[in-house]
Amino acid sequence: MAITTTKSAFWKGFRDSAPFLFMASPFGFLFGVLAAEAGLIVPEAFAFSLTVFAGAAQFTALQLMQENAPLIIILISALAVNLRMAMYSASLTPYLGDAPMWQRAIAAYFIVDQSYALSVVQFEQEPEMPLAQRVAYFFGTNGLITPAWVMATALGALVGTRIPESWGVDFVLPLAFLAMIGPMLRTPAHVAACFVAVAASLPASALPYNLGLIVAGIAGMVAGAQAELWLERQKAKAEGAK
Amino acid sequence: MSSIPTPILWTVIIGLALGSYGLRFAFIGFMGGKPIPEWLMRHLRYTAVAIIPALVAPLVVWPAPTGGAPSLMHFAAAAATFAAGYLTRNVLIGLGTGGLCLLLLYLAA
Repeated sequence: MAITTTKSAFWKGFRDSAPFLFMASPFGFLFGVLAAEAGLIVPEAFAFSLTVFAGAAQFTALQLMQENAPLIIILISALAVNLRMAMYSASLTPYLGDAPMWQRAIAAYFIVDQSYALSVVQFEQEPEMPLAQRVAYFFGTNGLITPAWVMATALGALVGTRIPESWGVDFVLPLAFLAMIGPMLRTPAHVAACFVAVAASLPASALPYNLGLIVAGIAGMVAGAQAELWLERQKAKAEGAK
Repeated sequence: MSSIPTPILWTVIIGLALGSYGLRFAFIGFMGGKPIPEWLMRHLRYTAVAIIPALVAPLVVWPAPTGGAPSLMHFAAAAATFAAGYLTRNVLIGLGTGGLCLLLLYLAA
């Protein structure tokens, strides 16, 4: 069904994003709880989620701050986790790049996994969609997720201050990361990146200043890119043989 | 648990807020219609899937709750979390499974 008005495009985005609420709210809540356990007060956790607005990077920064890693390592690692946002920004540009600057400047803040994934699918399915409707759809996908993420964090932080330390929640953060990794492994190249990063991270953890994380991260990234190239060549060869 | 010094915390929050915004704005704001080089895209695709496992692997092998001593209990909970997340492609099922394992193993211990 084609969308007829800008308003209905916004509400379609809004509705399409609803299932992601079940993902964003518990994760925001968990971030709040863990932030409180790490000693953050409610306004700090709230400001963190509101301004950074990127789950995996926030968890990464939280973990490294607790390990007393150097500032520069914390920033590099968390931003590296967020590098995919630049990729999202690049692939949304053909669809939203002609919007006025102020709209693009606001849209940039709202580029997250969910809004990107929903929007790209929508824009590919309906190439005829006018620009104003595309922009409305994109903002619609954030209409629920953004408030839910920020509010859930604040709620989690409120609850987290009441959880006694004896509950041993300090292993929950690693588990949250592990739960995130599985769904990321979409192709053999992703598996290669993950495997190399893990293999490198164990010996590299002997390096000072948490540098091991950067070294292992780069090793995994290069492994993923090379695996992708290799797989493409194999595919081209197989097709050439036919 | 040592609490994080306030200046460090706020530097991280502000740095990440500006940095993340910069990454998001980079192409949609500045580049206009210019395509991003293929080699760069190829590396960007694998940053998160490399950094997060590299962060988590040492935390599983040398878990904080035991003071860094390798622990079968924590390893089992980690393996179950990863397996459930991988098989169902659902983060929450993975996390729920891991939490449950951790709880059962604590109760059993």
